[in-house]
Amino acid sequence: MMVLTAERSDVARGKSKYAVIDCDIHPNLASPAALDPYLSERWRQHRQSIGGRGFSGSYYPRAQPNASRTDAWPPNGKPAGSDLDFMRYQLLDAYGMDFGVLQPLLGSGGQRNLEWSAAHAAAVNDWQIETWLNPEPRLRSGLVVPYEDGELSVKEIERSRYHEGFVQLMLAIRTSEPLGRRKYWKMYEAAEAYGLPIGIHFGGQGGHPTTGAGWPSYYVEDHAGMSTAFQAQVISYICEGVFDRFPKLKIVLIEGGFAWLPVLGWRLDAAWSKLKEEVPHLKRKPSEYLAEHFWVTTQPMEEPPVPEQFLEMLDMAPWMADRLMFATDYPHWDFDDPFEALPKVKFPDGFEAKVMAENARALYKLSGGPQASLHGMNGSARA
Amino acid sequence: MQQSTGALAPRGMDLGQAVIDTDIHVNVPSENALFPYLNDHWREYLRYSAFRLPTDTAYPKNAPTSALPTTTPENGTAGSSLDLVRSQVLDAWNVEVGILNCSYAAESLHNPDTGAAMSAAVNDWLVAEWLDKEPRLRASIVVPSRVPELAAKEVDRVGGHPGFVQVYLPVVSEAPYGHRRYWPIFEAAARHDLVVSLQFGGAPGNPPTGAGWPSYYIEEYAGMSQVFMSQILNLVVEGGFDHFPNLRMAMIEGGWTWLPSLMWRIDKDWKGLRREVPWNTQTPSDYIRQRMRFSLQPLDASPDPKHMRMLIDQIGSDDVLMFSTDYPHWQFDRPEDAVPAGLSDAQRRKILSENARAFYRL
Repeated sequence: MMVLTAERSDVARGKSKYAVIDCDIHPNLASPAALDPYLSERWRQHRQSIGGRGFSGSYYPRAQPNASRTDAWPPNGKPAGSDLDFMRYQLLDAYGMDFGVLQPLLGSGGQRNLEWSAAHAAAVNDWQIETWLNPEPRLRSGLVVPYEDGELSVKEIERSRYHEGFVQLMLAIRTSEPLGRRKYWKMYEAAEAYGLPIGIHFGGQGGHPTTGAGWPSYYVEDHAGMSTAFQAQVISYICEGVFDRFPKLKIVLIEGGFAWLPVLGWRLDAAWSKLKEEVPHLKRKPSEYLAEHFWVTTQPMEEPPVPEQFLEMLDMAPWMADRLMFATDYPHWDFDDPFEALPKVKFPDGFEAKVMAENARALYKLSGGPQASLHGMNGSARA
Repeated sequence: MQQSTGALAPRGMDLGQAVIDTDIHVNVPSENALFPYLNDHWREYLRYSAFRLPTDTAYPKNAPTSALPTTTPENGTAGSSLDLVRSQVLDAWNVEVGILNCSYAAESLHNPDTGAAMSAAVNDWLVAEWLDKEPRLRASIVVPSRVPELAAKEVDRVGGHPGFVQVYLPVVSEAPYGHRRYWPIFEAAARHDLVVSLQFGGAPGNPPTGAGWPSYYIEEYAGMSQVFMSQILNLVVEGGFDHFPNLRMAMIEGGWTWLPSLMWRIDKDWKGLRREVPWNTQTPSDYIRQRMRFSLQPLDASPDPKHMRMLIDQIGSDDVLMFSTDYPHWQFDRPEDAVPAGLSDAQRRKILSENARAFYRL
């Protein structure tokens, strides 16, 4: 991939050998009222009187306010991640990014009132278009869906899919039921029909203890243990036969780590070799579905104490070289720096370019550099 | 349904030395087997309530993973016959010491007194029917884990018997075992110098994943390793290893190939968040290497044997794996596949016997 230096800011020029696409950026509301322009009168009143009601009792105080870097609070004093100019300065321009993919963490999908969940998701999507996607051609985002209800999710997909800034759906990894179960299939049917991958981000709350061993005590466990939630969902997707029913469906695991993927594939294959009569809908070995249907973002990148062990891990699942997509998690405290994140080892030819940008460019069909403006595309039909 | 599983009868082999088998499953064949070990009150309770055995879906009785062909005796369930354990495990594998694990699911009994009474009966049954009859056997203490004080009482009641080498806690639990509510169990284990083990399964009533109940057994089976990971994270960061300097924990039948990825992840997170758990005086992976041991089966093996050697190297210690057959469960087709290939003689000896000997003070 040739990188046009004209596309790079002065700050970044010369520092990165590779184009960068950041697959996990968190935009924030400047204030709780920022969604009001996108809510009907009924739901504006609801927000002010009752407000959000998720599954309570699942909060762990973060390392920092908003889990954010202390230097990520914009000069205007608003919350980290809420100011586009400052995001350009501190992230998009600073690292000369070709594109960035937004993941708004505003809790739409985890609401117990499903109609409010749908109204909130729609408002977040309209806010994304107006505040981020239209003003900044380098940004793309996840189409937020009220994922605990299939019909309401389809309705929101039908309403918002026309904006080309939405390159995938956005779900959270902790859901009310394992994501392979049939209550979610209407959403997958629509996503497959419109060529939208299912992006699933760290977090969420489905009304259960967050592990099969009950509630953890500390944020450090909640955070490190999130990878177990991702593993459970991968198992569910494969064993429920979602990919036999929706063979073109693509799943993007965001902020769940990836070093666990090779061994999970072996474990599923070992279990399937003995228990396949229980799941006759599976036509292939579980690890083959894993290699065909899943993409993963890199942050928080697992860091072996011996950097070469990273190469050993890749050797255990070579398909990951085409599926790993770089992410910073800006503005959060555990930000991975595009210039420092990959271990300092001799990668196979082309690996860095693929991970830093090209895998994401191919998955999300991001053509050209940032000059390919989205202006004027609002409302035009997706091809 | 067509049976194409191809499960083979259990076979052992001479591994060139006597081995220590850290995971032999033993099952109570029926409620009647426990009657001799219950007092009048509980015998009557069982009769009038028609209570039989606690329920857990962790090991469906006839699933190929639960019982290899020929392991089920005429009267009873797989793993309930001492004669079969002798011929199919102890003799077949040249077992020097074999550790019995009884997944009784006492935690599924919400009545705490029933849980305690039935656990005690199981332990007395283990002593009378197994430990007293076969000197090669050791066993794990079944406890009513839902009520830690009662569990500790049971550990104190039987912990002095030389046949008991560890406490049995089902890995699926109401709360992670590092929680301080469970510390009475660790205190009791320390009084008797016992290992505390976490074992595949458990029926506390809450779902085995953070996203609720999976549909299929294969999901629950494959997903059990995530429950082990969640327990390990909590056990390390909550400080039990710092508080109990002699605490040793065995992870039984949860796999271990996922250990390097877990160590990398928690060590990185700990660097950023360790002020939250200031009692931890070393990196999380050091606690795992020094204080935890893992049964060898299931291997969940890579098709490429070199990956298994890489993983053992990545764990960063040759001390953590302990040989197990996981009898009567189906884990390998050929006995040759029970141990990863290409290990050094020293690594092999440690895995086959010496790690368990040191850990269990055998």
